[in-house]
Amino acid sequence: MTTRIDTRFAELKVEGRAAFVTFVMAGDPDPATALEIVKALPKAGADIIEIGMPFTDPMADGPSIQAAGLRALQAGMTLRKTLQLVRDFRAADDKTPIVLMGYYNPIYIYGVDKFLPDAKAAGVDGLIIVDLPPEEDAELCLPAMKAGLNFIRLATPTTDDKRLPAVLANTSGFVYYVSITGITGSASADSSAVSAAVARIKRHTKLPVCVGFGIRTPEAAHDIARHANGAVVGTALIDALKGSLDADGKATARTVSAVADLAAALAQGVHGAKQAAE
Amino acid sequence: MTQAIPNSYRSGPDDTGHFGIFGGRFVAETLMPLILDLQKAYEDAKADPAFRKEMDGYLKAYVGRPSPLYFAERLTEHLGGAKIYLKREELNHTGSHKVNNVLGQIMVARRMGKKRIIAETGAGQHGVATATLCARFGLECIVYMGAVDVARQQPNVIRMEMLGAKVVAVQVGARTLKDAMNEALRDWVTNVHNTFYCIGTVAGPHPYPMMVRDFQSIIGEETRVQMQELEGRLPDSLIACIGGGSNAMGLFHPFLDDPSVDIYGVEAAGHGLTNLHAASIAGGRPGVLHGNRTYLLMDEDGQIQEGHSISAGLDYPGIGPEHSWLHTIGRVKYLSATDEEALAAFQLLSKLEGIIPALEPAHALAKVGELAPTLPKDHLMVVNLSGRGDKDVPQVGDILKGRQS
Ligand SMILES: Cc1ncc(COP(=O)(O)O)c(C=O)c1O
Repeated sequence: MTTRIDTRFAELKVEGRAAFVTFVMAGDPDPATALEIVKALPKAGADIIEIGMPFTDPMADGPSIQAAGLRALQAGMTLRKTLQLVRDFRAADDKTPIVLMGYYNPIYIYGVDKFLPDAKAAGVDGLIIVDLPPEEDAELCLPAMKAGLNFIRLATPTTDDKRLPAVLANTSGFVYYVSITGITGSASADSSAVSAAVARIKRHTKLPVCVGFGIRTPEAAHDIARHANGAVVGTALIDALKGSLDADGKATARTVSAVADLAAALAQGVHGAKQAAE
Repeated sequence: MTQAIPNSYRSGPDDTGHFGIFGGRFVAETLMPLILDLQKAYEDAKADPAFRKEMDGYLKAYVGRPSPLYFAERLTEHLGGAKIYLKREELNHTGSHKVNNVLGQIMVARRMGKKRIIAETGAGQHGVATATLCARFGLECIVYMGAVDVARQQPNVIRMEMLGAKVVAVQVGARTLKDAMNEALRDWVTNVHNTFYCIGTVAGPHPYPMMVRDFQSIIGEETRVQMQELEGRLPDSLIACIGGGSNAMGLFHPFLDDPSVDIYGVEAAGHGLTNLHAASIAGGRPGVLHGNRTYLLMDEDGQIQEGHSISAGLDYPGIGPEHSWLHTIGRVKYLSATDEEALAAFQLLSKLEGIIPALEPAHALAKVGELAPTLPKDHLMVVNLSGRGDKDVPQVGDILKGRQS
C-alpha cells in the first residue's frame, strides 16, 4: 500500500530536499477560516499538512495550541467536522498528504471501526495520536494500518536504543522526532543534538524522519531541514493566526494571509536547505 | 458491557495495567520509558522487606497509624438502624488518608533517585501531604492546583507554602482538579529526567492505579483486624466517598473477595445528576483521559466536561479505572450525594459526634443517613472518614452565614 505520504517523500527524495510540514488546528478560529487556511498552505509551500483535532485536555501541548483547540471547540468544531474539512480540502487537492494529529478520546468515542473508513474516505493519509504509545497498539494503530492509513509515531529524546525498535515496529509514513522533552511551543531544538538523534533513528529504520517541537523561524527550519527529512512547524503558525484576530478572538481579513505568509517564509527556509542526511 | 466474573476480585490489574477494559497506559512517548522504570522500581520495592519495614516505621511514628475504628454511638442512635463505625483517617498526620499514598510514593521516588516532586491537588489534602513528606525528606516540591480551588481551599494553600512547597495556581479550563492534573502532566513531560510525579488518587497510567491502591489498602487491612477485635467478625457494609477513588479503594480492596460485605462508593452529585455534577459513573461513560480508560463525563464528541462539586476533592470528571471495572462487574454499588446532602451531613456529624468531617467524606455520610435507617441494628457499617474539615471551615462558614442573612 502506498499513501500520499509515501509518494510525497519519494518525490522529495528525487528533488533532494526536505519536507516542510505545517500544523494548524481544525476549526481555528472558526471552521470556514480554518478551511481557507488549509487550502492556502500548499501554495505557501507546505509539503505535508498536519491538522489538529481539537481536544479539551491536550496534555502534551503548550498554551498556544491549547488555546487554538479551545477556540475551535468554542466555534463548534467536532471530529465529524474535522473530517468534513479534509473532504472539502480534497475536492481541490488530491496530492498534499493530510495527517490528523491529536488525542485518542474523540476517536474512541466516534468509534474506531467507524472512524477509520470515514477518515480514509475523507482523504486522510495518516494519524498521529499523542497518547497512544506502542503499548496500546491494539487500540488504533493496528486497525489503522489495516484500513490503509499511516500511523506515525512520535520518537522522543527519552526513547532509547532499547525502546526504539518497539516504537518503530508499527510506524509507517514517517517518524516524527520530538526534538525536546517538553510540550509544544516551549524550548527550541538544538540542531546538533537533533542531527545526532536523527542519525540514531535512521540506524533503526528506512522511514523518513521529520523533526518538530520548538521550530519557530525560517532560520531554525533551515537548520533542521539540513539534518532531517522534514521540519514541522505548528506553534509559530498558530501564534501568527492569533496575532491576526480581533479583540473578540474572531478572524479578520488578515487571518489567512498571516498564516500563509509565515508559512511561505518558513518554506523558503526548509527548501533552501541542502540535505546532509542520507 | 458484560464482563466475565473473575475467581478473585483482587487479582487485577493484568501485566499491561488493565482491569477488564479499563486502565492501560495512554501517555505520550516521552513519559513511557519513565512509566516502565517506575513500574519496575515499584515492583522491586514491593518485594524488598526493608522497604516494607521502613514504610511501617514511618506509618506508625510519623503518620500516627493505625487510625482508630470508632463506634459512632450518637450518630447510630440518631439514625436508628445499622451500627456505624468511622475509620478515622482524618486523624492521620496532615488530616486525611492522602498521606498513606504519598509516603509510599516518596519512598519509591527516593529509591529512583528523583529529587524533584510534582503533584496535582484539588482540596489541597494531597498537596499538603506531598509538601509535608518533601519537607521531611528534603525534596523540592511543586504543587499544581486549579485557581478556583486555590481560592476555596486557602488554609491548605497556606499550609503547603509554609512547608516549603511552590503552589502553582492553574488558570486554564475550569481551573479545578482536571486542569491541575493536565498542568502536572505537562510539567512531567518537560522535566521527566529529574522529576517524580506523585499522583494523588487511583488514576493515571499504570502502575499508578495499582500502586496507589496498594499504599491505601492499609485502611481496609486495619479495619479487618480492628472489627475482628471489636465485634469478632467482618463488617456487613463499607462506604466511602469517591473523587478519584483512593480512600474508597483503600478501604474496599481487602474486602472485595468477602461476598458477605456490601460495598458502596459515593460520587459527588453536585447540584443534582440532571444538573452540574461530578458523578462519572452515574453520568458518564467509558473514555480515555489522563493515561487510562475509565468512566468520564464528556459530550457526544468525546470532549471532557468539567466536574462540579461543593467539594474540591471530588470535583473531577473521572474515576479510577478499577472502580469502573468493579462497577461493570457489579461488585461495588455506586451512589451519589448532592452538595446539599453533603452539607447537611457535615453539620450532623459535627454536632452529634464532635468531629468536623471534610466535605468529601460528608458525601459518604449523607448516604449513610439514607442506608443505615433501613438496616437492622446488628448490621455493622464502616464509613471511611477520609479527612477532617478544618480546610472547609471558612467555605462552609460562608455558605451558612449567607443563608442566615
Ligand atoms: C479528605 C478527602 N477525601 C477524599 C478525597 C477524594 O479523593 P479520593 O477519591 O482519591 O479518596 C479527597 C481529595 O482531595 C480528600 O481530601
